[in-house]
Amino acid sequence: MDFLNALVALANFVFIPAIAYGSQLALGALGVTLIYGILRFSNFAHGDTMAIGTMFTILVTWGLQALGVSFGPLPTALLAIPFGIVLTSLLVLGTDRLVYRFYREQKAKPVILVIVSMGVMFIYNGLTRLIIGPGDQNFADGERFLISARDFKTMTGLDEGLALKSTQAITVVVAILVVALLFWFLNHTRTGKSMRAYSDNEDLALLSGINPERVVMVTWIIVAALAVVAGTLYGLDKSFKPFTYFQILLPIFASAIVGGLGSPLGAIAGGFIIAFSEVGITYAWKKVLTYMLPESLEPSGLVQLLSTDYKFAVSFVILIIVLLFRPTGLFKGKSV
Amino acid sequence: MSGGPYDDRGNHDASITNPCGMAEDDPVHAGGHEHPAPGGPFLIGEAMTGGYGRGADILHSCTIAVDRGEIAVIVGPNGAGKSTAMKAVFGMLSLREGMVRLDGEDITELSPQARVRKGMGFVPQTHNIFTSMTVEENLEMGAFIRRDDISGTMEQVFDLFPILKDKRRQAAGELSGGQRQQVAVGRALMTKPKVLMLDEPTAGVSPIVMDELFDRIIEVARTGLPVLMVEQNARQALAIADKGYVLVQGRNAHTGTGKALLADDEVRRSFLGG
Amino acid sequence: MRTLALFALVAALILGTGVLQSWNSALIILNMGLVSAIMALGVNLQWGLAGLFNVGVMGFVALGGLAVVLTSVTPVPEAWAAGGWRVLGAIAFALAAIAGAVFAWKTLPRKTRGWAVAAIAVVGFFLYRAILDPAVSAIESVDPAATGFLGGLGLPVLLAWPVGGLLAAGVAWVIGKTALGLRSDYLAIATLGIAEIIIALLKNEDWLTRGVKNVIGLPRPVPYEIDLQNDAGFVETAAGIGLDPTTASTIYVKLGYSVLFAVVLVVLLVLAQLALNSPWGRMMRAVRDNEEAAEAMGKDVTARHLQIFILGSALCGIAGAMMTTLDGQLTPSSYQPLRYTFLIWVMVIVGGSGNNLGAVLGGFLIWFLWVQVEPMGQWLMGVITAGMADGSALKAHLLGSVQHMRLLTMGVILLLVLRFAPRGLLPER
Repeated sequence: MDFLNALVALANFVFIPAIAYGSQLALGALGVTLIYGILRFSNFAHGDTMAIGTMFTILVTWGLQALGVSFGPLPTALLAIPFGIVLTSLLVLGTDRLVYRFYREQKAKPVILVIVSMGVMFIYNGLTRLIIGPGDQNFADGERFLISARDFKTMTGLDEGLALKSTQAITVVVAILVVALLFWFLNHTRTGKSMRAYSDNEDLALLSGINPERVVMVTWIIVAALAVVAGTLYGLDKSFKPFTYFQILLPIFASAIVGGLGSPLGAIAGGFIIAFSEVGITYAWKKVLTYMLPESLEPSGLVQLLSTDYKFAVSFVILIIVLLFRPTGLFKGKSV
Repeated sequence: MSGGPYDDRGNHDASITNPCGMAEDDPVHAGGHEHPAPGGPFLIGEAMTGGYGRGADILHSCTIAVDRGEIAVIVGPNGAGKSTAMKAVFGMLSLREGMVRLDGEDITELSPQARVRKGMGFVPQTHNIFTSMTVEENLEMGAFIRRDDISGTMEQVFDLFPILKDKRRQAAGELSGGQRQQVAVGRALMTKPKVLMLDEPTAGVSPIVMDELFDRIIEVARTGLPVLMVEQNARQALAIADKGYVLVQGRNAHTGTGKALLADDEVRRSFLGG
Repeated sequence: MRTLALFALVAALILGTGVLQSWNSALIILNMGLVSAIMALGVNLQWGLAGLFNVGVMGFVALGGLAVVLTSVTPVPEAWAAGGWRVLGAIAFALAAIAGAVFAWKTLPRKTRGWAVAAIAVVGFFLYRAILDPAVSAIESVDPAATGFLGGLGLPVLLAWPVGGLLAAGVAWVIGKTALGLRSDYLAIATLGIAEIIIALLKNEDWLTRGVKNVIGLPRPVPYEIDLQNDAGFVETAAGIGLDPTTASTIYVKLGYSVLFAVVLVVLLVLAQLALNSPWGRMMRAVRDNEEAAEAMGKDVTARHLQIFILGSALCGIAGAMMTTLDGQLTPSSYQPLRYTFLIWVMVIVGGSGNNLGAVLGGFLIWFLWVQVEPMGQWLMGVITAGMADGSALKAHLLGSVQHMRLLTMGVILLLVLRFAPRGLLPER
């Protein structure tokens, strides 16, 4: 019984949150890795693209709520995501047209594009705060729990409750759908293959008649879609605050690099590795250990390896370890 | 200062920049138009003068031509501008003087992509396959500009290079040097080109593989497709050539049939080593 | 000529603030401008001279702030008695464990060393926590409302500035050694991560920095306003030039800071210029412009990069210590990457990467704009919303979000400069 209780506690406080968080990171890292593969730079504006995309979704959600539209037990925000994607795509395509394209034509080195993306980051960040403000925004509605802790306890008779928030379930389901769609697109469509070819060998792709501007355009649209979905899921699961979205850039970069920059599969693996280590190392293990160990060995403290504020340290240490032993990341990166 | 206002100051930080697979060429810009220019051989780069970027001229009034059903070979010592001449014909560097004509049209102002659409197939010397993609996907990408059914052409390529059919699902980067060159040639053939240009197809492969590659190239030429190639292995190349060009310092030094050049004392002494 | 004209423009902007707004505001801008110029000088050394991409400026600045606390605050004897030595013991133990792990990695055979290092790391971590934790809670329970931390060494605050530089240099050595030593260079992500970790440390290790409770009332290198106001001689002099004692004292104090900061900036700028034109500087540029050739000539590129990364970070540390001294308090939660990392980058790019004077100019100019965009935005929003009905939600929202205009403006300035003057206002010669 104690063993089951320990398992349930572990699932409740570590597995489920980490899987949800990992899915969000993976979606974010996919966006970063696609830009790195196709446009050849790390996009510092990605966190703020997620923020501004989520903001669009929130505004549309509020609009829908005001009109009395609802999605039954599911959050209304899911209905608003397509609108958010369209608006964000327009925004990033406009940005590409006004800003990035010039440097491609100049054949600027990738690091210049990184600096350019810093400028874009400032602008997106300012726009988000200007429009929706820097504070917390809650936009989740619908059913809060798929299984609440109390239901679980009465159902199983265990002491420990297992709560499955509907936002967590939605995160995982949506992430699986989006990733499956993306991989199908990259591996089985003409446009998707041309993106991989362009990422692999730009000169040869040009010789094969692949239009680079089209590849870049499709990439931005996919990245916008990924950013909006990732941002909205994160916002539903936790809450929306522009600064948090800026900070999430570090774990996202870490995920992409751990997996191997440019490798979509790596981005997903990296996202889960980072998420599990962050949650695992900042979780107070006292509860689980109390169930597992005999009374005499019961821990006195919280058995929390590091305080939650050090979660960035965790992503960072994992990153350094991976880079020390596998400099190209787990999934040998640099090709989409 | 290394390179204009947008250089990278020597930054190679892998966490922010990705140099892999980036474009390096400086080709003719898109948007040019062809002009009718009847007469002459099927493909000719006539009196071409030019060099990379703002650098000095590498080619000096150099002429290269190939006609239907022929194999034309460009040979010459290192640094003679062989590959540059080939790239100039394909539009991968802008000419300062001279013109390129294909099938009765002046195509000097066309970008390489536009020349592919006009029916030129080009196999670069290096980085000539998509290493992370399967053999089949490489061939598909070769046929990217085609909108019709490509399965027939793919079968023809597989007939020509049977080994590729066995390895069609394998990543091209995992293949051996000779097999990679076959993929590269196959990729160029997928557009059903009217002329095939090969830049040192046998660079870095073993002698046995080289012979086999030459056999395949002859086979391709027998189908009526004109082949223009740059070769390091001058003897073997001239032996199969209908027409040979010996370049020295970007100029035409000797021109003639392959046999005549092989027989020419001066060519042998100064260039083929006796 | 262009240099002079642009610096004259910046001077005019600051003087203009003095005339139009108040001399106090002008001096506030000037002082932070001086500090920003030093930070920009540090980043310019790294990016301009060596192409190193440091996006962890905030971390080094914060280390400078920490140095002020550690150097100048009076020690808290009760806290030291409660657990100070035990904390030092824990840190010494941690260092020994790390040294042991490195030693094991280097000496043990390939097969076992991975496990041995992992074992040392895990056991070491738990022992370290076992030693540290009781000491930390003992220290933090010593009069938590007022102290609850070890305090510093009680040395003169000016000493904290070089200490800040040293602290930043030490951390930069560790980062550089790791990130520049990898097969590819991974400096950007390493600095991005370490900056967040340093801020997390400052926020959480209350025994060291009081965390989010902030350390206030740091010692100052200049007199206090209140003392000046009580000084009969000072009041008389102030009256002599027609100023009331309060204004006179605040201006006097700020001018004191300005002079100190200006001296530091001038010294560092002269050193940087000398370095840039020395054989060492020429070699750095040669390495930057053609790494392969430099390597072929026997230059150890990684070692050069490490050197310059440490130097640049030390400058950021010095500037950070100066800034905390100016503020008179250490507030860990005020460190934000946009303000302390990316804004410094805007300064360097706008000023002109590779040109020390350019970085200094960028520091002043961008800081001036950062401060003044808000009143300008206020005015602009006032004009835009003038026609709207009072009390409309949109008007209130627009007026309320004026402060976010500055982020937008900085982004636009950076993009415009990159597009139309890619080498900055004062290009590298």
